[in-house]
Parts: sequence; C-alpha cells; structure tokens
Amino acid sequence: MKYTDGNNCFVYIDHDEGTINQVSLELLTEAKHLMKRLKAPEKVVAIWLGTFTDDILKMLGDYGADHIITCEREDLNQYDVMKHTTVISEMIDAYHPQSMLIGGTVKGRELAPRISARVHTGLTADATQIDLDGETHHLAITRPAFGGNLYATIITPDHFPQMATIRPGVFEAKTFGHTSLPTQETFQYDKALHSPIEVMAIEEKDTKRTNIADAKLIVSAGRGVKNCLNLVSDVAAHLNGEVASSRALVDGGIMSKNHQVGQTGHTVRPSLYIACGISGAVQHTAGMDKSDTIIAINTDENAPIFDVADLGIVGDAQAILKQLQKQLDA
Amino acid sequence: MNIAVLVKQVPDTTEIKIDKETGALIRKGIPTITNPDDLTGVELALQLKETYGGNIHAFTMGPSSAKNMLRELYARGIDEATLLSDKAFAGSDTWATSHILASALKKHAFDLVIAGRQAIDGDTAQVGPQVAEFLKIPHVSYVDRVIDYNDGMLKVKKNEEHRMLTLNLPTPALITVLDEAAKPRYMNMFDIFRRSHLPLNQLTCDDLDVSLADIGIKGSPTKVKKTFNKSATQKQPKQTLNPEQAARTILDFIEAKGGQS
Repeated sequence: MKYTDGNNCFVYIDHDEGTINQVSLELLTEAKHLMKRLKAPEKVVAIWLGTFTDDILKMLGDYGADHIITCEREDLNQYDVMKHTTVISEMIDAYHPQSMLIGGTVKGRELAPRISARVHTGLTADATQIDLDGETHHLAITRPAFGGNLYATIITPDHFPQMATIRPGVFEAKTFGHTSLPTQETFQYDKALHSPIEVMAIEEKDTKRTNIADAKLIVSAGRGVKNCLNLVSDVAAHLNGEVASSRALVDGGIMSKNHQVGQTGHTVRPSLYIACGISGAVQHTAGMDKSDTIIAINTDENAPIFDVADLGIVGDAQAILKQLQKQLDA
Repeated sequence: MNIAVLVKQVPDTTEIKIDKETGALIRKGIPTITNPDDLTGVELALQLKETYGGNIHAFTMGPSSAKNMLRELYARGIDEATLLSDKAFAGSDTWATSHILASALKKHAFDLVIAGRQAIDGDTAQVGPQVAEFLKIPHVSYVDRVIDYNDGMLKVKKNEEHRMLTLNLPTPALITVLDEAAKPRYMNMFDIFRRSHLPLNQLTCDDLDVSLADIGIKGSPTKVKKTFNKSATQKQPKQTLNPEQAARTILDFIEAKGGQS
C-alpha cells in the first residue's frame, strides 16, 4: 500500500481483557521519543481493540500516547489473529499511519506479518534500535540476523505503514508528565467479524512465574555451572536476585524456557547481571547487553562474554560461587 | 490429509564467520542444513500422515543447491518436493517470499500447510503467517503440539509466554511449529538409497502467477540499508584471580556500584 497523505505512528496495544502488556507501554514511550525528533512532531496513536475505560486512557497517555483510536467491540476483548488483522487493516486504510509498532510477543509475531501481507507493506522483525532517516518519516530499523552474528538496518522506503515488531524489554517504558489527557476517537466498524479459530481451553503456565524480565539483579547460569545450579540459586537469593540461564541449559532440559536470556529467550536489562560460566555467544548477549552493569566469570579468557563485561573474572565459576556463598553468609 | 511443508535451507549458523574487515558473511565452505524448525514441521507431517493418511509435499525457495536438502527430505519420507528457483526471486524479503510460495501452493489443494516457527538465518517468523494471509486461510503460530484431526478440524496447542491455548482450527489452515511439536527421526540407510533419487519438481518465475513487480529486490517492501557486525564494546581488563579473591572483588564491585546486597 502506498500513500503520502498520512501521518502519525500507530502503536498496537496488546492486552488481555484490559490488562496491558508492558511491551506496549515500552513502545509508546519509544514512539514518543521518535516523534519528538521529527522536525514537525507527530502524534503517537495508540490502537485499542475491545472494551475501553478512562483508566486505560490515562495510562496510555502517561506512557506517551497523544491520541487513541478505539474499536470498542466486546468480540474484540479476546485476541484473535483473524479478527484483529481485519480491524487493524481497516484502520490503516482509514488513517494512513506512517508507521506502526507491535510488541514482539507471540501474539504480535503472529499478528504483525498477517497485517503486513494484507495491507502490502514491509515488516521488520525484532527491532533492537529505531532511528529516523534524516528528518523524514523513514524509520531505519536495526535488527539482528544469523542468530545475532550480523546486524542489518532495514528501511521500508515506499510502502506504508512502515511496520516493526519489537521484543519486550528492548525499550524502556517511562511516564511523561502530561498536563492533558490524550484525545480519543472511535473507529466505527459495524460489520460482523468471524473467526474460524475457536479457543477451547486456556491453561496458565507455571504458577510460580519467574520474572527475569523485571528483575533488578540476575545471576545467570551457563554450561560452566550446570552441575551446581543450587549454588547459583543460593547466591542469587542472597543478593535478592533472580536466576536466569543461557540457551544451552534450556536446550539441555536443565532449566525451563522462562529462565532463558537471549535472542530466542527474554531480553533483560537489570541493574546488575552476573554471567556464570556463560561463553557469551551473540545469541545470548543480544538479550542482556543493555544491563547497567555486567560481571562475567568464565574459565576461558577468550570467551566473548568478556567483551560486554564491566568486570571480567577468569576463573572457575563454581569455585567462585562457592566463595561468594561463603562470604555472603559470613 | 494432504499436507504442504515449507522448508528452507540455511547456513549452519554456529559456524557462520564474519569478515572482520568488511563485516560481510563468509559463506564459502559454510555447510548448510535444513532449518531446524522446518525439520520439526517435516516430522510432524510424517506423523500426521501415519495417523490420518494422505500426502506430503515439501516446498522450498532457494538456489539449486537446495535440491540436496529436498533429497534428504525424500529419504525422510515425504512424497513430493518442489524447488522454486529463479534469479528473479533473489533478494526477496519475507513479503515477496511469501507471495512466491503462496503462488506455488495455490496450484494444489492442501488441508494443512506446516511451516517452522522461524529460520535460524533470518529469525523473522514472518513467512508462515504471510503465506496464510496470501492463501486466505487461518493460521496459528507457535504450535507446540497437534492434538488431533477430526472431520476437517485440527486441534492444536499454542504456546504463549504465560499460557497454553487449546485451539480448534478448521482446515485448510496453516500452522507454524515450535521444536516441541515433533522430534525428527533418524533416517535409515535403506530409505536414503531408495528414496533420495526420486524426481524433484522445479518451478521458475514463468510457472507462477506472479508479477516481476512483486518479487525479488524490486518487489520487496523492505530494503537492507546496511549490514554490520555489532562492534563489541570496549574490552575491559580481565582479572585472573583465585576463587577467594574473585569473590571478594565481585562483592566489592557490587558494593561500589550501589550495594545491591
């Protein structure tokens, strides 16, 4: 789809029955920063499907939305890839946004490509950085490829909206001290919406949900400490931190997937990240190199993890963890 | 149950090397493999065929060297394989690639199209859903398991971050599969000798109903502006310490940073 009259940056708000996914707030904040850098600043427009309330309006405004377009149908409260594709594509047709950001969650990565195919535009997956190409609306979107061994900057020069998915934790959600609430308008869509996909059952996963994405301190375990994970947990507990792991331990069935940091796991940005026995392939560092401070422990002095570390210790992580435990106990 | 499986030949990423001077990929001598998630898709198709009968047809877009991958898939037990190969396809982004694949799939009637979740070279997870849209059939991404198939209705488990969904999906439909969905079997020598020489279909741009404006670099909405190695941040001095010193250094460092403990 090509057009030149549109403006604004759409941000798709991912929510479950009104509970907003943090990644959407991160994108609102990032979109706000981007739009401010334009010579003629433009609006950040939050896209909301389903039942809408004043509390949601205020919250979206706090994180950067200038305007909200809602489609308040009860049959949109539950995410459905077919219905959401239809309504969002109709919105794009009606409003001609220059760009659209969607959280790189399972939902987002299922939905965004479908929309991009329908409206015939470019979609860049898993952006880690978004810049503006000069003072134009063109987004220069940087993303990793080849498991993080290579980065590419992608542009969508003549199709709109320029779409990108962004994984949780890549950008920071921040509130702006707004004096006024965002404006709101309703997108009237009265046609019947059918989806052939029927939800039969929903099971919540792991009741004891580890939330490494929000942790302030993470002790992360790699192959080098696979035989002393209790030690890792103990040191993490002493430091009031969470335990995470590299992909190797998840693939090996030793740690569960929700602990995994890296390109195919979580992106984390704690104040402190302690990498124990992790070699630090780009696939891993892509998920943690935005941590404020990184300590790396590895026996191999050439391990790439040391390239991102603020403090690098060459040594046996197990022995060092044992000492840490001892000194923390003292 | 007639199944199409989408597969891609990819470089074996762990062995990818970058020219430190130019930042370009060194492709020479790099071994290629069938994309792991796609191999899961092939295995799932084989299992579904064993239970429900039918036919499995693998499609790939790529250079002629991808024939080797298709021969391996014959040895694994698929019934038919098609290579989509044309200079005009080169440089296609996910939109253009999906458009080409969908054009080939439209020539057949499938109950189910299976794609791997994502390819290890691009990591986009976009081609599956885009193909589904071009085919105007529903899709579910991140399928962890196919539970059953009854009266044209597929029941699947979808793996989201914090929950598992059981979904009913009428066919024809497309699913993208996680590696949990099936564990690829070992090939046996007999099948390798007996089946890997089966004839391959090869289609070019002329065989498909696609316009040159919609394929290749020209037909791709996204353009690669530049590629680069992420330069490692400045190397910090590394310290080789005995465990006791190391632990003390770490705790001092944490304290200096604001006393997390």
